[in-house]
Amino acid sequence: MSSTANDKALSFPYVDGLAHGVVRYQRCAACNAAQRLARFACTACGSRDVRWHDASGRGTVFAVSRVHRAPTEAFKALAPYDLVLVDLAEGARVMGHASAGLAIGDAVRAEVFRVADHDLLRFAPDR
Amino acid sequence: MNTSYIRGAGTTRFGRMDGKGALDLMAEAAEQALDDAGLARAEVDGVLCGYATTLPHLMLATLFAERFGIEPSYAHGMQMGGATGAGMVMLARELVRSGRCRNVLVVAGENRASGQQRDNAIQTLAQVGDPDYEVPNGGSVPAYYALLASRYMHETGLTEADLADFAVLMRANASRHPLAQLRTPITRDEVLASKTIASPLKLLDCCPISDGGVAILVSDTPHPACDLAITGAGQAHRHQHLTAVSDTHNFGAHDAAQRAFSEAGRARGDIDYLAIYDSFTITLAILLEETGFAPRGGSAARLRDGAFAPDGPLALNTHGGLLSFGHSGVAGGMSHVAEAWLQMSGRAGDRQISPRRRAFVHADGGVLSSHVSLILERRD
Repeated sequence: MSSTANDKALSFPYVDGLAHGVVRYQRCAACNAAQRLARFACTACGSRDVRWHDASGRGTVFAVSRVHRAPTEAFKALAPYDLVLVDLAEGARVMGHASAGLAIGDAVRAEVFRVADHDLLRFAPDR
Repeated sequence: MNTSYIRGAGTTRFGRMDGKGALDLMAEAAEQALDDAGLARAEVDGVLCGYATTLPHLMLATLFAERFGIEPSYAHGMQMGGATGAGMVMLARELVRSGRCRNVLVVAGENRASGQQRDNAIQTLAQVGDPDYEVPNGGSVPAYYALLASRYMHETGLTEADLADFAVLMRANASRHPLAQLRTPITRDEVLASKTIASPLKLLDCCPISDGGVAILVSDTPHPACDLAITGAGQAHRHQHLTAVSDTHNFGAHDAAQRAFSEAGRARGDIDYLAIYDSFTITLAILLEETGFAPRGGSAARLRDGAFAPDGPLALNTHGGLLSFGHSGVAGGMSHVAEAWLQMSGRAGDRQISPRRRAFVHADGGVLSSHVSLILERRD
């Protein structure tokens, strides 16, 4: 969990989920729309009744980049590393690391690893 | 409502200027803009300042006004990321149109290159990412744009060679500007061979980090030699974070441009000069395509047809853009407007192009997050 994690924070369930090896996302109880990031209200219908759910961790690669120029010392040790945006099966989108060689459209599955005191997602091919 | 005009502009050299702080660069540009506009300090009644990452301050516009020796009746700072400069010009126009102000000094400057370590600059900029979902992954602004580029290229067929051609054009333009940071011409092969920052973006697809300042004077009275009115403006803010992007064919640039064209009562075909934000080559390609100046995936083909060359029908960033003139934060985004002003008023010296009457300006902040479009027209 992030050293700054605050259990009152809007995004706490996501950060806490990663600490427990689970990808969490919000879904609107009124219209069922999955939300990206943490929201105060549904982006589709405006309802304030958005609730946290556990995702399966399965999804599809939406975008991918191999990062050679890392922003911090902790990540310079890891570089080059692959970052992806993944569309989860449940409809939300998340950013994470990925095993090398993934392409847009590949089916993937999430695991959690730890860098610089943060629990992070890493996606690998879903076989 | 009153008409608002660009009446003057000033630009410092861009690059490394050790020892100069944000206020020094702002003052140097502002002094030039007042000279250009033929205005005395006492005539400036509005001040809008862009933020400086090297000088975080609660009230930068008031601080600047004190140092610069003016007492405006309206002043504050603004933060819209890379769209701040165009956003300030838009607000200055509204202040003049409403009669609130007569002469608004829009100014920004920052010692972004020499005032901090490169790693600090990169980490500061990365904070446009979400602090829980994105930044902890080791994201950076180039990495966010690289992800976006991978998707956009997948959808449209744009290639790395296509992007490289934009870097080559911006460098060729900068080679003709005496104040530009990067003036040595480059080739497509050199861009493609430059080291990867975050695939598909390579070093020469990315703008440099610069020191520099730019000021624009927006007034209710035109410059005696050039009647250049701001006739349309529009904004759009559809997301902050890359993860929240809902439509890769409308990041918001389309909406902002539509609003500006509608207000000006103009169409794309009326435009003969383009001032488009170019933090990365992919930014420039996407913005040209989304604002309707090239078909999807077709911006580089238009470039190769000569459309965006200085002597083409849609001269683009004739100063070299952020990619080669340089990027000193808010001032970097304002340099496009300053150059449009010089070209349209026929005072661009050795790099003067054929007469132009209507410019389209577009800037984005964040990760194609905040968008501002402007239309500038010669009325004389």
